[in-house]
Amino acid sequence: MRFSYVIGLCSAAVMSVALAGNAAAQGKTVKIGAIFPMSGNAASIGVHVKHAFDVALDIINNPHPELGNFPLAKNGGLAGLGGAKVEIVYADNQGSPATGQNQALRLITEEKVVALTGAYQSGITLTASAIAEKYNIPFVNGESVAPNLTERGFKWFFRVTPIATDFARVYYEFLTDMKAAGAKTDNIAILHDNTEYGASVANTITTAFKEKGIAIALDVAYATNATDVQSQVLQLKEKKPDVVIVISYTSDAILLAKTMQALDYKPPMLLADDAGYSDPSFIKAAGKVSQGAFNRSSFSVGPAGSPTAIIAKMYKDKSGDDMDDTVARQMQALFVLCEAIDRAGSTEPAKIQAALKATDLKPDQIMMGYQGVKFDDKGQNILASGLIIQLQDGENYVSVWPKASAEKPPSMPYKGW
Amino acid sequence: MTFTLVQVIVGGLLLGAVYALFSSGLTLVWGMMNVVNFAHGDFVMLGMYVAFVVYTLLGGGPLVGAPLAMLLLATLGVIVYFALIRDIMKGPMLAQILGTFGLALLLRYSVFWWFGANFLSLPENLVGGTFDIFGIRIQASRLLAGVVALLVTLGLHLLLTRTTLGSRMLAVAEDATAAQLMGIRPDSMQAVAWAIAAGATGLAGALIATFFYIVPTVGETLGIVAFVTVSLGGFGSVPGALVAGLLIGVIESLSGYLIGAVYKDIVVYALFLGFLWFRPQGLMGKT
Repeated sequence: MRFSYVIGLCSAAVMSVALAGNAAAQGKTVKIGAIFPMSGNAASIGVHVKHAFDVALDIINNPHPELGNFPLAKNGGLAGLGGAKVEIVYADNQGSPATGQNQALRLITEEKVVALTGAYQSGITLTASAIAEKYNIPFVNGESVAPNLTERGFKWFFRVTPIATDFARVYYEFLTDMKAAGAKTDNIAILHDNTEYGASVANTITTAFKEKGIAIALDVAYATNATDVQSQVLQLKEKKPDVVIVISYTSDAILLAKTMQALDYKPPMLLADDAGYSDPSFIKAAGKVSQGAFNRSSFSVGPAGSPTAIIAKMYKDKSGDDMDDTVARQMQALFVLCEAIDRAGSTEPAKIQAALKATDLKPDQIMMGYQGVKFDDKGQNILASGLIIQLQDGENYVSVWPKASAEKPPSMPYKGW
Repeated sequence: MTFTLVQVIVGGLLLGAVYALFSSGLTLVWGMMNVVNFAHGDFVMLGMYVAFVVYTLLGGGPLVGAPLAMLLLATLGVIVYFALIRDIMKGPMLAQILGTFGLALLLRYSVFWWFGANFLSLPENLVGGTFDIFGIRIQASRLLAGVVALLVTLGLHLLLTRTTLGSRMLAVAEDATAAQLMGIRPDSMQAVAWAIAAGATGLAGALIATFFYIVPTVGETLGIVAFVTVSLGGFGSVPGALVAGLLIGVIESLSGYLIGAVYKDIVVYALFLGFLWFRPQGLMGKT
């Protein structure tokens, strides 16, 4: 009895020495919290983002001279912190704003992360970033587009992505150009879910178009994760709009595409607002019946050998999927955050916040097609911009607008299947 | 206008038949065995994945996938009964709820681990495209599911009312001890009920997979409707579940089209609660 007690003590001592030694060998690490949907209906997003962050950490923590001037690539770790490695602590938001909030609290108070990123769904970014604000921890968001996120007077919230108002402008200009080219674009319908994302984007587009004197003819809202969308499709089929703008997450987008085929409904133009239509699993599941769908994006792979192309290839090798706009924007946010921490030369939240405010990245220092990254007082990236892509063959998106960055001319009308 | 309305109603009926189809298994175990199976939606999900695997590996459609899903799920039903349900039925109601809920999560995340979180889908037109009858569009895959729903309902109803096996199952459901005194083994009867229920559920999943997306969490999306269908139809009444399914499908479609899709759940659940207020035993349930 006594002997085993002694053995136990000894082995515990050995183990703790081993653990301590291990920790010392690793040197300093910078812990960043990442809140994403890892389960629930948007779990495919969480799986993709994890692969993307693995690639990003590889680039940041190991030397990658092939990426040239891309920030944090040249040497291993963060140079500003003596080569400290970046570590991501993941948390699952389960697709629920309440869970996202609890996870933010856990990451900050228990995991002691120095900054947060996430949380995909606008409604969850809303609650999780409120906790970060309360605890004075920087929150850098890469993909949530609901405009109100940066209208809350927050001091610790930074958003890299273009937002709904930017995209509303892109849509307006795109449709104006298409009209000039002979397409009918007067009668516009919006189909959207009732989440924070769907409702706010629909609202922003409606307002922006109204300012230009265009009324949205039909607004079809539905509850997300629908079991059936036949009535929505029939409403559209009956009203015959020239353009249908779709704002949906993946599950509903797939169901919509399949139902449109079943009911033989093809609008002359279908314009999707990212989200579901950008998910690679949407393209695999319903791309073949959604040929000709327009979509917005801020990502295009670019010429071979460019940092963006190299990163996209690393991601494809890792995940097996092509890099899509959503995951690219999430990855960009992580780079922006780590670049700021590196420049701050400190893990003190206030210094990271100051560095984020001073961020000024040029187009060649980022992987997205933005004109750069620079935050205004509200924390919104003022150099973010977008383009229009089209799923012409049902398998790959090609950029079609604006003309300057277009790989192919837009093809009309919507082909479907 | 009227054309569209007819299309809405036809669509609602086809949707309702699908609801009825995947509720029939639940009504059997919930209504008769008195076990609330929270893993029901995930049984549907497993059936969908069987159909998907059959298609990718063998290139077979629902003619192969559906019977296979039925057999595999029936086997799983028996295993689940002996490994889990038999024991937790002796415990309090809460143990049943948590037990089957745990099973749901186990199934869901095992599939998640094996297949990943990506949305999958069977090719369109795996079941002969879409019929166009005087401008009314009827998807063959949904029609097949609807016809099978009718056959399954009829089959289960005949089994329970016209066969010795059915009478024995009902006897066990009513009073297991008394049934045992009459020489019926409650264990075997319960296991048979689970096999039939899970088999019907697997069949439903394989057919739904021909027109719905496939994802590990799909059971969550479809599961709630099944519970509503069973309570509206009346616990344990197989024809009740069919009528209730059709009713819910049509009300959903009509309210979605006439009032707006965002309100259709409100309409359905308000009517559902209102109905239960007057008739708590459901459409065809016994008090």
